[in-house]
Amino acid sequence: MLVQQYLPIAILVLFAIIMALIVVFTSVIFGPHRPTKKKLAPYESGMTPIGPAVRRLPVRFYLVAVLFILFDVEIIFLLPYAVVIRQLGLYGLIATGVFVVILTVGLLYEWKKGGLDWE
Amino acid sequence: MSDFVIFLIDAAVKAVLIIVGLVLGFAYTTWLERRFIARLQSRVGPNRAGPAGLLQPWADALKLFFKEDIMPTDADRIIYTLAPAVTSVPALIVLGVVPFGGQISLFGYQTTLGLADINVGVLYIVAVTSIAVYGVVLAGWASSNKYAMMGGLRATAQMISYELAMGLAILAPVMMAASMSMSDIIDAQQNIWFVFLQPIAAVIFYITILAETNRSPFDLPEAEQELVAGYHTEYSGMKFASFFMAEYMKMIAVSAIFSALFLGGYRFFGLENLLGGWMGPIILFVKIVASLAFMVWIRATLPRFRYDKLMAFGWKVLLPLSLANAVVTAVLIVLDIIPSFA
Repeated sequence: MLVQQYLPIAILVLFAIIMALIVVFTSVIFGPHRPTKKKLAPYESGMTPIGPAVRRLPVRFYLVAVLFILFDVEIIFLLPYAVVIRQLGLYGLIATGVFVVILTVGLLYEWKKGGLDWE
Repeated sequence: MSDFVIFLIDAAVKAVLIIVGLVLGFAYTTWLERRFIARLQSRVGPNRAGPAGLLQPWADALKLFFKEDIMPTDADRIIYTLAPAVTSVPALIVLGVVPFGGQISLFGYQTTLGLADINVGVLYIVAVTSIAVYGVVLAGWASSNKYAMMGGLRATAQMISYELAMGLAILAPVMMAASMSMSDIIDAQQNIWFVFLQPIAAVIFYITILAETNRSPFDLPEAEQELVAGYHTEYSGMKFASFFMAEYMKMIAVSAIFSALFLGGYRFFGLENLLGGWMGPIILFVKIVASLAFMVWIRATLPRFRYDKLMAFGWKVLLPLSLANAVVTAVLIVLDIIPSFA
């Protein structure tokens, strides 16, 4: 039964990968190929590039990523609860409520500490 | 033929139809956007290639086929080549769980319009839309270009921030229908659409899908004035077109998902049963086109966000609001104030 449900999606994924690769390689096959040194240099508004492109990143991006993981996991836990919300009744509401409150306190702490500000 | 072979052919035909439909949809969404935005700006728009410019997308595609494919010297060759594919595959597969109509019969063969109706459809949508972030950040990183790098980083931070609000907004229709299957959610809206019962969730979801597809006013990753073209600065030819294809196909896909979650999907109060069930896809098509036109209208109306305001809006407005909406909905459902729609 499981195969009956998920096999069509596997077929779609396979076709989508083939389609995406065809699109990516079309220009490689049909287009001209006349490289010059200047043409292959990284674009930097017409200037000679200064230093490497991949350099140290602002730490804020990491902070956002960590916060994202926390709340994304919360959503993954809340989705199954949303399906059985009527069966679990008041007990489920209180149990999930405690879980949500703890994470919300974390968000408020982050907010007050200025972790959500981009100056 | 055995049942299993028929099942495989059935699935393969539907998969090809979804992909062809999305590619054609992509071509004509660009046409719709250019014509409609031109009207909104008192211009005519492309009208030379074919009647009303209808052949313009094909001219653009042919031009891009024969463009030179450039790879910068410092670029990571494998990741640079695969990043456009990683971006467009999720856009192509996300519609796999959305039903396009009910039971139909074609030359005596009974089938359901829709590829697979898995019982975790919503989870599949959330998971697949997350994968698209990889393509963007890898494209920016592998290009070895400062603009591309910054564009990729911005896009990542923006997309993951708005994904949270999107996930919490999706909770509301899932709770109302008590199911993650897309067809159950559509069936639950037979009498009243969730956009009327959950207006806050619907508005938040629509805002977040604009951010997820990098549409204006959330098109910071490709802010021309600051970042040249953002993460696809170094791409040319069909690799460049891949990113555009992914963006427009995602617009179509999320419009279909928005219709299914909040606008009753292919249903329109019984009208979908006309024409032997073939009215369903037509109704869904009308809803998708309306949603796409609304996106173009928003692009013509609103200026772009500033980056710090964008992040503040995502984390300090949308996330608490969607969380509060989910909590209130949960309390109302448990207290039985909201009746069961399942």
